[in-house]
Amino acid sequence: MNSPLLELKQISVSFEGFLALRDLNLVLNKGDLRAVIGPNGAGKTTFLDVITGKVIPTKGDVIFKEKSLLGQKEFRIARKGIGRKFQSPRIFENLSVQENLALSVSRPKTPFSLLINSLKVKHLDQIQHLMSIVNLQSKANIRAGALSHGQKQWLEIAMLVGQDPDLLLVDEPVAGLTDEETDLTADLLKSLAGDHTVLVIDHDMEFIRRLDCPVSVLHQGHVLKEGSMRDIQKDPLVIEVYLGKSEEEEE
Amino acid sequence: MSIFSTKKSWFNLTIWVLIIALIIAAPSVLPVFRLNLLGRYLSLAIVALGVDLIWGFTGMLSLGQGIFFALGGYCAAMFLQLNSSVEFPNGIPEFFGLYGVEKLPFFWEPFKSSIFTLISIWLLPAIIAGLLGYLVFRNRIKGVYFSILTQAALLVFFNFFNGQQKLINGTNGLKTDVTQLFGQMVGSEIMQRWFFWISAILVILAWFFARWIVRDRFGNILIGIRDDEARVRFTGYNPVIFKTIIFSIAGGLAGISGALYTVQSGIVSPQFMTVPFSIEMVIWVAVGGRGTLLGAIFGAVLINYAKSLVSEALPASWMFIQGGLFILVVTALPEGVLGWIRKGGPKNLLFLIGINKKLETYPSLEVNEEGEVNS
Repeated sequence: MNSPLLELKQISVSFEGFLALRDLNLVLNKGDLRAVIGPNGAGKTTFLDVITGKVIPTKGDVIFKEKSLLGQKEFRIARKGIGRKFQSPRIFENLSVQENLALSVSRPKTPFSLLINSLKVKHLDQIQHLMSIVNLQSKANIRAGALSHGQKQWLEIAMLVGQDPDLLLVDEPVAGLTDEETDLTADLLKSLAGDHTVLVIDHDMEFIRRLDCPVSVLHQGHVLKEGSMRDIQKDPLVIEVYLGKSEEEEE
Repeated sequence: MSIFSTKKSWFNLTIWVLIIALIIAAPSVLPVFRLNLLGRYLSLAIVALGVDLIWGFTGMLSLGQGIFFALGGYCAAMFLQLNSSVEFPNGIPEFFGLYGVEKLPFFWEPFKSSIFTLISIWLLPAIIAGLLGYLVFRNRIKGVYFSILTQAALLVFFNFFNGQQKLINGTNGLKTDVTQLFGQMVGSEIMQRWFFWISAILVILAWFFARWIVRDRFGNILIGIRDDEARVRFTGYNPVIFKTIIFSIAGGLAGISGALYTVQSGIVSPQFMTVPFSIEMVIWVAVGGRGTLLGAIFGAVLINYAKSLVSEALPASWMFIQGGLFILVVTALPEGVLGWIRKGGPKNLLFLIGINKKLETYPSLEVNEEGEVNS
């Protein structure tokens, strides 16, 4: 693998004196699947905000495809190939499933093109394909707001994939899902890695374990430890700050 | 937006047949006075369509549409005044004489041309709305702050126009009913009939235009901006451009509306830029049904017609009725009358007063004989 897809260099973010992130370094290569865990307030969401341009870091640099993302507008970063899923599902509730996906697959994303051109056959096929990935074909014309919580999460993931991003940032995709839905989501994310680079943030240890991928532990704004789930669980520092002392985690 | 059930399209078709029948019948049934009022209210429906586009679809509550409405009116009035001022001293409109102005202010010059006027009626308000909108949207000003800002802009324009006697006759405004067009007095019966037809046709064209804008993905982005602007941004769209475009379109529609209203009411004055009038525009849309284009048209025409009828019978009570109407809509019919009908409101009302029985399951589910549900 030559140069990494995404590189965070010495990122610090301070909110009125409070350091949300300090000297955070992270490298993602093409096709990686990476999980990020950490206690509440560890800076997990802030760190996605930095990548997607919502928050400008006080210090440090974000390199994506060998170019700095600093100072770029959110929609430009999205067009460069970074898709983001929010913590609670954020979809367009008043549009149908199909219309949601149509907005995500449309190219180019200019007002004129949306007004004049109709969707290309290629994109219509892509919408069908996306709906089949997340099992929403039968709901194509249903208002997205009427979907169940899990279906909304999947629709949002499908919308991300529809953007054809190189990097998917997925924030707590299984919050509020049933066990079965959680397993399906894990499989879905695993199948997306390879073609895409996927970064998952979550609390659910069972889910992270199922992802079976390298894990970064975030604590007080920087990376405490990186490694496989097995290593992480044995690390005394991680146990102290995050996992707790219980021995039930044995496999 | 793009998917229609047959029931909904029948509903729309019925409304359209009704509208067209009424418009064709109106000139032969109504006396000229009433016809003129209807024509005015039809022209107000065009500004209401613009308000619906920016507020009902995009979620930006502008309280300053009066600016663009009045600009359109002034453009039309300036042309008409120039067109009929040949016999006045210096060949310029009569009111200039009152203030000792002998030379036409420079910005009046292009309004000697009818083509320039016809274009500037919609283009000038659209450009000003676009510029104002771009500055506001680029700085991510939205919600209440946007509303306050548009109202402040309205006050600025109002005070400016009110104070400029030497340029545009200040608070007196520009009269159009005694001006000439095609050798006829603009206020004459035959001209007013023509303006009625033009208003009716332009309302329908404006509806088709607005419909074309919102019917597909462009409209879906507007709805997306209304519901979750951050998601629009992270999906790779630039909301600033979309908001600027739609605000500019609404400004252009307001300009057309203002010009038609001016020639039918006989005068344009800074009164078009008062705060209550711009708020009324919002009320028409709220009552008719925001996010439904037909609702905006009906809201504008029916509320104004009711206003003139009520004001004739009980002069002091209209403000109370209008206020009550607004409160009723906000509390009981948040989606307006048309939105309420489309969401099955009348059916629910029948349940409520016990005429119809409630279904035991969702209407979209079918129950077969064994009691199994097929969705």
